[in-house]
Amino acid sequence: MTDEFEPTIIAFFCNWCTYTAADLAGTSRLSYPPNVKIIRVMCSGMVDPKYVIKALLDGADGVLVSGCNPGDCHYINGNFKARRRIKLLKEILPHFGFETERLRLTWIAASDGVLLAETLQDLVAQIKALGPSQARIQMAI
Amino acid sequence: MTKTFKIEVSEKGLLKALRGFFNALLEQEDIHALLAPCQLPSQTMVMPTLITAGERVNQIDPLAPAFPMNSAKIASRLTRKSSGGKIAALMRPCEIRAFIELVKLKQGNTEDLLLIGIDCLGAFGNRDYQLWAGDNGDDASRQYAQEVLSGKKTGRDNTKLTQACQACEFPVSETADINIGLFGMDTDREILIQPLNDKGAHHLNAIDLPATEIPATRAKDIERRISEKISFRDQMFAQVGEQINSQKKLGAFLSSCVNCYNCRVACPVCYCRECVFVTDVFDHDPSQYLSWAQRGGAVKMPTDTMLYHITRLAHMSTACVGCGQCTNACPNDIPVMALFRTVAQRTQAAFDYQAGRNLTENPPLSEFKEEEFEEVVGIN
Repeated sequence: MTDEFEPTIIAFFCNWCTYTAADLAGTSRLSYPPNVKIIRVMCSGMVDPKYVIKALLDGADGVLVSGCNPGDCHYINGNFKARRRIKLLKEILPHFGFETERLRLTWIAASDGVLLAETLQDLVAQIKALGPSQARIQMAI
Repeated sequence: MTKTFKIEVSEKGLLKALRGFFNALLEQEDIHALLAPCQLPSQTMVMPTLITAGERVNQIDPLAPAFPMNSAKIASRLTRKSSGGKIAALMRPCEIRAFIELVKLKQGNTEDLLLIGIDCLGAFGNRDYQLWAGDNGDDASRQYAQEVLSGKKTGRDNTKLTQACQACEFPVSETADINIGLFGMDTDREILIQPLNDKGAHHLNAIDLPATEIPATRAKDIERRISEKISFRDQMFAQVGEQINSQKKLGAFLSSCVNCYNCRVACPVCYCRECVFVTDVFDHDPSQYLSWAQRGGAVKMPTDTMLYHITRLAHMSTACVGCGQCTNACPNDIPVMALFRTVAQRTQAAFDYQAGRNLTENPPLSEFKEEEFEEVVGIN
């Protein structure tokens, strides 16, 4: 066995689209890397910035927020609100040396099990290339 | 062009002239009270005070380099519901900008409020002010105003303006109803009284003030002051940016934080009625601490210090006016303002927003467009 770096990625999936896509990927027997720990939320618009900050400070190597495509939000516009929050975080976190690539936002529809599996494979590969987060090495205060 | 007015300054000085103006304002039938910074009877501190009796204007002191709290929160308290009367509020420009942010968050109202700004002479930290002024507040303020306005070095000794005031590029309010102009004026003779909108003009027309022109020296003086502050500010941004650019360095920057949360109590735009950090969410079980400690071998107590500061940045940095009360309130002298302004200038720029600029722009996180920020979506 090699000592390859295995990242931990925290993924916030909206109940209606991306989580359903993950379900579909499972029932379709598509595989995606086990590095991704999925947290089901009702809407990408309910992902409070502090969930993301907490995950990164506690050593997550990446955070993915994923919701419905624009126009498809079950709550009409939660995903647009999520986009502003991710934008905000991407302006704040780099000040403290967090690479913006560690925080991602995607839209994945309920029928897109294939896209889900591909996205997670790509993401894990990217984070592996980026290396471990500084928070893993450094005790957060 | 809108008419501008002046108040004449006698040999009794600036404070006396200003107090006369406020007395005239308070005598107006439709002004029921005046919120203004006042010398406490001890003359050792200046606090926002709500005045209804004309004779109490003699305590008003907007020139003192004392800034123990941002009165935006007081104005919010006074206007979140109708008070049954109209209040005039004399505030520093940063207080007005913070108040405007609160109005947008529905925590204040401008309807029954007449906002009066005054060219800001800056302030010392709380302890510095008290050491500097002793118990002769009025005299100290007079001397201070003279020194700042004449452009001489400030302070009897080496007492310095707070970092927030040195870095503040908004020493003159543009969003008040009336502005009291000191910069670039011959303040031994006159003070400028300028209505900035119809509401301001209405109230000024009711007082019999002599008209005047804005002297050409004023714009130049303001420009010079602002450019000095901007260069200080940009140096601060560069320096702080360097001091916090890794998690380790941010940890060092915040290392003396004891999670007292004074900075958010002092913050005029920390808008949550109850901060999540003082709720049960962060009242962890003892076993939780043990499990955190076991995971990494140790956990720093109190926990969540960095999470607190970064979360606060996510909550209020787009509304940060840089008043510096967070730094002022820190018991361990962490330059909180420098950190927050450094981040805030970027978050506000990202949404093309400037805290307190006007009442019409919505706070960035309270709205969205269907097509925007496409660059943050996707993994490539």
